[in-house]
Amino acid sequence: MSEHDVDAGRRNMLRVSASVVGVVGGAAALIPFVSTMSPSAKALAAGAPVEVDISKLEVGQKIQVEWRRKPVWIVRRSDEMLANLGEVEAKLRDPSSELSEMQPPFAQNSNRSIKPEVLVLVGICTHLGCSPTFRPELAPADLGPEWKGGFYCPCHGSRFDISGRVYKNMPANDNLEVPPYKYLSDNVLRIGEMDEEQGVA
Amino acid sequence: MSNKAGGIIGWIDDRLPIVGFFEDHLSKYYTPKNFNFWYFFGSLALLVLVLQIVTGVFLTMHYKPDAELAFASVEYIMRDVEWGWLIRYMHSTGASAFFVVIYLHMLRGLMYGSFKEPRELIWLFGMMIYLCLMAEAFMGYLLPWGQMSYWGAQVIVNLFGTIPYIGEDLAIWIRGDYVVSDATLSRFFALHVVAVPIVLLGLVLAHIAALHTVGSNNPDGVEIKKNKDANGVPVDGIPFHPYYTVKDIVGVVVFLFIFSLVVFFAPEMGGYFLEHANFEPANPLATPEHIAPVWYFTPFYTVLRAIPNPFFGVVAMGAAVIILFFLPWIDKNKVKSIRYRSTLYKANLFIFLGAFIWLGYLGMQSVTPMASQMALRLSELYFLFFAVLGIYSTQRSAAYYLFWFVAFVAIISVYDVYRNNADIAALTWQTWVIPVAYLFITLVLAAFTNLDQDKPVPERVTG
Repeated sequence: MSEHDVDAGRRNMLRVSASVVGVVGGAAALIPFVSTMSPSAKALAAGAPVEVDISKLEVGQKIQVEWRRKPVWIVRRSDEMLANLGEVEAKLRDPSSELSEMQPPFAQNSNRSIKPEVLVLVGICTHLGCSPTFRPELAPADLGPEWKGGFYCPCHGSRFDISGRVYKNMPANDNLEVPPYKYLSDNVLRIGEMDEEQGVA
Repeated sequence: MSNKAGGIIGWIDDRLPIVGFFEDHLSKYYTPKNFNFWYFFGSLALLVLVLQIVTGVFLTMHYKPDAELAFASVEYIMRDVEWGWLIRYMHSTGASAFFVVIYLHMLRGLMYGSFKEPRELIWLFGMMIYLCLMAEAFMGYLLPWGQMSYWGAQVIVNLFGTIPYIGEDLAIWIRGDYVVSDATLSRFFALHVVAVPIVLLGLVLAHIAALHTVGSNNPDGVEIKKNKDANGVPVDGIPFHPYYTVKDIVGVVVFLFIFSLVVFFAPEMGGYFLEHANFEPANPLATPEHIAPVWYFTPFYTVLRAIPNPFFGVVAMGAAVIILFFLPWIDKNKVKSIRYRSTLYKANLFIFLGAFIWLGYLGMQSVTPMASQMALRLSELYFLFFAVLGIYSTQRSAAYYLFWFVAFVAIISVYDVYRNNADIAALTWQTWVIPVAYLFITLVLAAFTNLDQDKPVPERVTG
């Protein structure tokens, strides 16, 4: 066999296998680089439940606490607000929160809370993560005469009722998220944990 | 060439062909003699790129990419660093100037058909540059860590979160956290000052190299290389240097004059270049009352808002940008320049331009029922422009025009019926007139008049 005789089949086999090994090795080398961009152990650890005392929360007021670095709102609703919940239902996309994910079972009704008057919501718009504004007043000039009080997202104009349920034809598709929470006593909430029986109810 | 340079130049040229390079790309690089106003913006874009890199380097010396320190370090640059305010205002004004120049540069390409064969690759590299610029602008805007920085980034990163199945994890990976935080700021800083600029410079190089391979287009859309003299020099060509270097200096002087007016007298440009809410430190718990992106993103932002479904809104917004990549394969009309295109082509381009600007305006306003209807209608015009452009690729029969008229009106009407509800019914059918009128002008008129006739293109460039 002369040295000018090249076995094209063997050479091709070597070329292909070398390329495959090279590509696989290169792809494997990407893993650590890509992984560094995932949340660090420190970021993962910052997610403990928070306790809130709501004894000083007046009717019609909203307070905001931080849980997992997201705003969580607690609103003590008036009887009038609760009465209005039924009125807007025809205009809502998902009045009983059946389509929206991440809802505790106790949120699948019109008041979406454990105690009807105390509303607890994650204050992040389900569209693109802005924090909507609390607009409890009736029929303000900028929101129109139909407005029965609720939440308005300044970023893309999504509207939610006073239970955080989204209206039809809004940029946001889902109702505002209700976080898992439970009452430690009459006026102390623990956000980030649910009672077992409420979880399965 | 035969006459070899001596001295130091000659010594270097023997080892690195700098003389040939200078000749190939400047003194013997022949460009059409009929460049007009619109041909300033390529060299101006290069100028702004250099300006951004130089001012950026000096800002990096004082800026701190840390959520605790970032806002204060920008204030420190503005108040305590010698001339720091000037460097920072040059950089922030430069960002807007970059988009002004690039949009005019792209409009030039649209008007004179500069994206067409054989310049498709130049257009593609240009579009990639545009994407990189958008990434640069977006990530750079987070760095001052003001309220708009924060919430703008929050919204844009969440766009990725709307992708089915992988979206949520993808958004977390991009942020490096569950919300925009210090981790996000640090990585955006790294990408903004190192990674994207390197890619950008490579793309600019490819853009110019591809341009110099096929040569420039011109306002007549006539290939000057088809008409050469005995020495192989295009008859209608003049060397880039000194003719266009001198012309471009005039452009640079006028540009810097306007640029300086903005930097010194209106660096915030009434909230359009630097938004007012960004003078407040980022607060993850409170969104500003009124939030809008910086002006150069607003047309696409309005397309996003026009669709009442997060994922499809993102798809529409992405498509509005991506469709530009395909321009060379959509508009296959052999006539390049708007000068020799039909009256209806001109109307189509002007309507597109108007729709784009109006979309941009709507993106800065808050959402009202009327505004959201208009947003949808203008988005429809935006996409229909490309469809009509494809139809105008050659002369069509009246039946062809009418078929597409009926088809597009039907598609729009079906979507209107689907999305309609009692609250918006009046507005829906009032604004329905807009796309239908547009289609009537561009397609029905084309079917029944000769306004769709292109004009003959001259053999050589005019003027």
